[in-house]
Amino acid sequence: MSEAPTAQTASSHAAEARIADAAHTGPMLAADGTPLKKSLNRALRVQKMRALALVAPLLIFVLVTFIAPIADMLFRSVENDIVSETLPRTTTMLAEWDAKSTDIPPEPVFEALYKDMFFAAEAKLHTRLGSRLNYELTGTSSLFRKSGRKVEDMGEVYQDQFEVQNDFWKTGENWNSFMASDAWLAAMADWKPADGRQPAFELRDGIASTLPATSAAYVQYADFIQNVDEKNLYKTDPWAVIYSSLHEDLTGENDLAAYSGPASAELSAAATAAATFETVNFTEAFAGIDKDWTTLEVWQTIKVYSPKFTSGYFLNAVDMQKSVDGAEMRPENQQIYGILFWRTMVMSMAITLSCILLGYPVAWILANLPTRQANLLMILVLLPFWTSLLVRTSAWKVMLQQQGVINDTLVWLGIVGTDDRLALINNQTGTIIAMTHILLPFMILPMYSVMQTIQPTYLRAAKSLGATNWTAFWRVYFPQSIPGIGAGSILVFILAIGYYITPAIVGGTSGTFISNRIAYHISQSLNWGLGAALGAILLAAVLLLYYAYDKIVGIDNVKLG
Amino acid sequence: MVALTPISRTEPAFYVPVVAAFGAFFGIFIGTGQGNLILGVLGGAALMGLAAFVLTKLIKVEKAGRWALTVLVALGGLALAGIPGLVIGVFFGWFFGFLSFWLYEGRYRAKIPPYLTPGQVFWHFAFRTICGSIFVFLITPILVVMPLSFNAENFFTFTPEMLRFDPAGYSLKHYRDFFTNDAWQSAMMNSLKIAPVATLLSVSFGTLAAIGLSQPHVPFRRLIMAILISPMIVPLIISAAGMYFFYSRIGLQGTYIGVVLAHAALGIPFVIITVTATLVGFDSSLTRAAANMGANPVTTFFRVQMPLILPGVISGGLFAFITSFDEVVVVLFVGSAGQKTLPWQMFIGLREQISPTILAVATILVGISICLLTVVELLRRRSERMRGMSPS
Repeated sequence: MSEAPTAQTASSHAAEARIADAAHTGPMLAADGTPLKKSLNRALRVQKMRALALVAPLLIFVLVTFIAPIADMLFRSVENDIVSETLPRTTTMLAEWDAKSTDIPPEPVFEALYKDMFFAAEAKLHTRLGSRLNYELTGTSSLFRKSGRKVEDMGEVYQDQFEVQNDFWKTGENWNSFMASDAWLAAMADWKPADGRQPAFELRDGIASTLPATSAAYVQYADFIQNVDEKNLYKTDPWAVIYSSLHEDLTGENDLAAYSGPASAELSAAATAAATFETVNFTEAFAGIDKDWTTLEVWQTIKVYSPKFTSGYFLNAVDMQKSVDGAEMRPENQQIYGILFWRTMVMSMAITLSCILLGYPVAWILANLPTRQANLLMILVLLPFWTSLLVRTSAWKVMLQQQGVINDTLVWLGIVGTDDRLALINNQTGTIIAMTHILLPFMILPMYSVMQTIQPTYLRAAKSLGATNWTAFWRVYFPQSIPGIGAGSILVFILAIGYYITPAIVGGTSGTFISNRIAYHISQSLNWGLGAALGAILLAAVLLLYYAYDKIVGIDNVKLG
Repeated sequence: MVALTPISRTEPAFYVPVVAAFGAFFGIFIGTGQGNLILGVLGGAALMGLAAFVLTKLIKVEKAGRWALTVLVALGGLALAGIPGLVIGVFFGWFFGFLSFWLYEGRYRAKIPPYLTPGQVFWHFAFRTICGSIFVFLITPILVVMPLSFNAENFFTFTPEMLRFDPAGYSLKHYRDFFTNDAWQSAMMNSLKIAPVATLLSVSFGTLAAIGLSQPHVPFRRLIMAILISPMIVPLIISAAGMYFFYSRIGLQGTYIGVVLAHAALGIPFVIITVTATLVGFDSSLTRAAANMGANPVTTFFRVQMPLILPGVISGGLFAFITSFDEVVVVLFVGSAGQKTLPWQMFIGLREQISPTILAVATILVGISICLLTVVELLRRRSERMRGMSPS
């Protein structure tokens, strides 16, 4: 409705423009007086923007709901921050340790490990790290679980000695009085559980330089008490790890002399006393928990997996392992993924091949029968295509079982004996038969649409020129039908290598694909990184084929039904 | 099809051996079934060869002769193997009667070009037989589950009662189980809650985008298309794994919304493909004409464009619906027990507790697929008619 007047003005403008054009021979002008070229460009730009605006909602939708998850999976396949997050001090200290040396790391590393393990055990994170490292070195899981239980007692020697030295060290309130800032102490004095969250802990100025290790441990401890345990930090007595850190600070280099804040008297008294304290050798203490802590392998594994990102999952996915000397092949008896990838490839090819063999005649007859009959037969192809995958898989399970329809029929016909029924299910045969049936329509439909375009007159011409039936087919018809075979094969192959449901149900152990292994790692072994790495390799293979498909067939030309 | 070739009766020296060969072939099965292969082959060949000769040369009356053969063979089957034998006998009798006269009268040549050599004629029929068996391969699994779902026993195979067509061998108990069992009913409800919403999402976004993509100037068209089609190409297990990781990060894992979003993403490629295919035949001068007559873009879309592309939109929607309705891998990972859908329940049933209720569900689902297939086929023809093409 609004267009009508605009159109009128536009035409009058156009008239003016023509007059103007006749007057001077500048660039051709559009109706509104702008140069025509610019105006056309603008129109084109508007058109592009409109098209993009229409596509944008869906594109964003797909990017968020589909592409982002895929990206997340790829990220997980290299992500490895669990080691450096759970054992931050240890991994920093280990950086200086030469993994190729024959000595286990020095005492400071064990001391760092004690602190990290203490916090990890309080937060119950050590078991998670243990199972993570267990993927790389069997036995690590139990080692960590055991150490987590016992690490709490390891530094109690220091706590006891400090508490004997002065009662001041016993309560959390005293600790807070010199560790926390005045503002925080004031805020905490008024705080009641009913007020909601506690005010976040703040370190007193200057204490961090006086007691660096203690402050670091205390901050971590305060954060855990306030945010995870949700206990009142003000009234909680510190953990043993704080005392051992204090001992470390007081006996090591410090500028305690320059410190004049609260509790400076207690601190200098403690410093004098601490020099004569009984000390703990953490190396021996860990060795006492488990001899494994003195083996090189454990430390090499921790060192190798310290970085935030690792290629370890990918190496595992191709039957290799990461060691101090770089990547190396796994021992022969642990190589499973190569076989699995190879089997997935071979079986997908077998399925594709049998789909070609079965699909070609059907597509040919559909393309060459009169329309009415072809449409009727087409229903036989489309019905399985539209039938639920689960229905078809269950049908094959029913048919292929030992006591199933096929075996029963064969026995009834006397072709096989009752005792030697064919093993058609839970092996590769089962997977190939069922998946050929399931994917056959995806082969027939592209072949059919290509064959429909082949002129039957070519065949007749070939024959009238003296070709035999076979020559006419092989030299004239077949070459023209190759695009259909190509399109169908790539489609079937792509679908086949990623199949999960059907192999899981009819494949048993020998007929499963790499996807089944991925599912196993994600839902059962919980080795997500390895599952993601296997998935990333599979995805790469599929995308390569997808690219080929796009080049050969064009994704626009995919036809359904 | 009109007859291509004038036909004439053939010599007994041709058709009697052919019929005998068929008799020998089927005799293999009867022979092995009775425990004597050689006797089966020879007996089949002799009996059927003789029958063919008697029918064509002595009885000569086609209708009566064929009926008589059918009854005879059926009775023979009954004597050998009871009711199932009778059924197979009827089929064999009918087949051999048909075969004898079909060959004798030379009808087999009627519809094939006259210049074919006997070898080529043989190949012609052999090829059809091969194709026929492939069609049988395609359709049998679907047909087999239907009668089995009426099994009165908890078996996955035909019981002797079923083969005797004894009514006691059949029952509706698996259907009753499906309709009364809470696990199956809630799975059904979940499927019905998830699929339509996912379909709605993919159809509305997908149609808009397909229209956008069909404009003449779309920057990065190939890339966008590749991204939008990718949910169909990327293996489901990878999509499922990625969604599991990502949706747990953003708190959608195990929620209804998470499953709906995941299924909508999987359905989008189908909508895009069908709608863009429909839009190829859409005459864009119609929208210009509408604009010229004063319609604003929204009116143009709903009054001019939408009715014309509706068949494509609906069939895309049906594809999206069936994708969501059938989907099991993604829902296994993204969903939790509260989103257990029908395929998920079937998957559990197949893996763990083998219950023949699955077959009843399968039969119902086949029924639904047939309905959907019919609708899509009708829509496709309508769309082609509207484009001025004859329905192919």
